[in-house]
Amino acid sequence: MRWISFVLAGCWLLAIPAPTPEEKRISIYSPAADYSLSVTEREGKDYVGLLEILEPLGGVTAKIEGQKWQLRFNDSDAQFTPDSNKARIRGRDVDLTGRFLLENNRGLVPVDSLVTLLPNFLGIPVVFHTTARRLFISEAGTTYKTELKKTTPPKLVLNFSSPVNPTIGTEPGKLTMIFLRDPLVPSGPETVNFNDKAISSATFKENNGAVEVTVNGPVPLLASFSNDGRTITIAPAPSPASSITPAPLAAPPTATPPAPVAGTAPSAPPSPMPAATPRYFAVVDASHGGDERGAALSDKLAEKDVSLAFAQHIGQELGSRGIAALMLRDSDSTLTVDQRASNANSAHPAIYISVHATSEGIGVRVYTALLPSARENRGPFVAWDAAQAPFLSASQTAALRVAAELRKTIAVRILAAPLRPLNNVTSAAIAIEVAPQTGDLADLTSSNYQQLVASSIVTALAAVRDQLESSR
Amino acid sequence: MIPRHLEIGMGVLLVAVLMMAFYVHRMKGRAAETGVRVADTRPVAPPVAGPTEQVILYVAYDDAGLLRAQSARVPLPAGRQQRAQELLRALLGIYLDKNSPHPFPTGAEVRDVYIVDPGLAVIDTNSVLADNHRSGILVEELTIASLVRTLAANIPGINRVKILVEGKERDTLAGHADLSDFYDTLAISKASDQWAAAGQ
Ligand SMILES: [Zn+2]
Repeated sequence: MRWISFVLAGCWLLAIPAPTPEEKRISIYSPAADYSLSVTEREGKDYVGLLEILEPLGGVTAKIEGQKWQLRFNDSDAQFTPDSNKARIRGRDVDLTGRFLLENNRGLVPVDSLVTLLPNFLGIPVVFHTTARRLFISEAGTTYKTELKKTTPPKLVLNFSSPVNPTIGTEPGKLTMIFLRDPLVPSGPETVNFNDKAISSATFKENNGAVEVTVNGPVPLLASFSNDGRTITIAPAPSPASSITPAPLAAPPTATPPAPVAGTAPSAPPSPMPAATPRYFAVVDASHGGDERGAALSDKLAEKDVSLAFAQHIGQELGSRGIAALMLRDSDSTLTVDQRASNANSAHPAIYISVHATSEGIGVRVYTALLPSARENRGPFVAWDAAQAPFLSASQTAALRVAAELRKTIAVRILAAPLRPLNNVTSAAIAIEVAPQTGDLADLTSSNYQQLVASSIVTALAAVRDQLESSR
Repeated sequence: MIPRHLEIGMGVLLVAVLMMAFYVHRMKGRAAETGVRVADTRPVAPPVAGPTEQVILYVAYDDAGLLRAQSARVPLPAGRQQRAQELLRALLGIYLDKNSPHPFPTGAEVRDVYIVDPGLAVIDTNSVLADNHRSGILVEELTIASLVRTLAANIPGINRVKILVEGKERDTLAGHADLSDFYDTLAISKASDQWAAAGQ
């Protein structure tokens, strides 16, 4: 009966939701601009649009003449022939590592040809970290130093040679920082072990157009910025228990939002933590995760995977616009709503966004917290249950703007919902519930739809950024 | 918190109540003239014997994502608590119907409704209702709002509602709608009025 096992194994494999493939990216660092572009796969090879690569670096135009794609960059002319491995730049032949492709008038070149193409256009050498797809043009890069301070609690201090702006994600056991538009260069060993109970190690890895720094520790970790973005300090986050329960108890009856708890223990010496507030503009929370699968969108598709994919697109979109974001969940991990609220509140963002997905209905629903209409004094825990109250009008501002932006392309509704942890969040807070765009469930796993929703949301949040910042 | 003898008493009444619920569900009918969007044009069921009263049920409609007020006749019981139970059983009759605008899982029941103090109603559902409820922010909120608003509209003085499952507290209905706290009936009414206003 071995064939039965094979069939069952096959069914089991089919039942596993396909992981959302991470979008391949290339990042370019130059004195003119640091930018990141998506990479397209053709015939098993990585391709990128040459016009998009050159645009931030100078004046560039392209046209098709006869069979050739004619490119003009500053005062240099170049010709590319579709399906040919040779190009001509400033009158010289240049070999490509694969065929030049012309798709809808867009000229695509193999990514690994950039290292020969660009010096011919720019007249200067470039350094290409091929595996990680990171290209440095006349750019020394940003270096870093790490130091573990054995204070109580311990702190890992990362000092950078120039300001940085990573996207930060936390999950049980680690804190991850993705430096996409920062020309960070490896400046030490890939893994540093600290021999400390709270912060055990840090790894520095170049991957997919970015540098990924992972700090490992058994307790939840939190990052804060100081020194104009040149210093990041990582320390154990206040535990949910200590940040949830005592704060409302200690709060006066006028429902002051729970105060940040780091370093507020009465007997502790003044905290040497940098006084600067973390610079996160947004906290992005992919709902559900781990054992908690959320809605079964189909037999194979769990809400937790779709919400993560949408959240990651939002995080990426924020990152590519240089807006600092904290991802509460960046993998298939389990977080309670109290942990989500506590981690979000400790980060003091201008906006918290919870991301859900549904197979029912079409379009996107944007939610703000549903709070009791009259605030009665129901004991000491009221402040936690209605911590959102002072921020509700900022949340509604954000929800209205997000809905207006989404409505340009997608059906939208705005509602109030009894959805935790919205009511526990001490900043502007919204939740989105994404349904298919057209009623076809496949929309939810479409990278195009995920990107459309993400970019609309981020455009809207960027438009009300000043208002949200002032509500902090 | 709940007197034991009441539970026993209700158990005795259960068979009768279920039979009445069957009638109620046949009788649910014409849309009432209220501020909420009204659309049900099904014919009114013929009157049945026995004393009944007209009530307003707030029925969830998944397609439009809102509540619609519908008038219905339910058996006329004596106390507020029994009245509350009749109301919710009538409502569930609609949701369990094969043409339900907001389908409930087969076997879903409201076990009991308790009026604990003058302003607080406690709804105790069976586990089937919660465990097999569809999961989603709006779909769960529609259920909660429908139950809460139906009680508030017909039982004067109810301003808070707590929902239990099999007599126990639960975090959420089906992963989203918060059951850990009390629902403020005024907040629910305001929110669901806004759905009607923004629904089309
Ligand atoms: Zn969800």
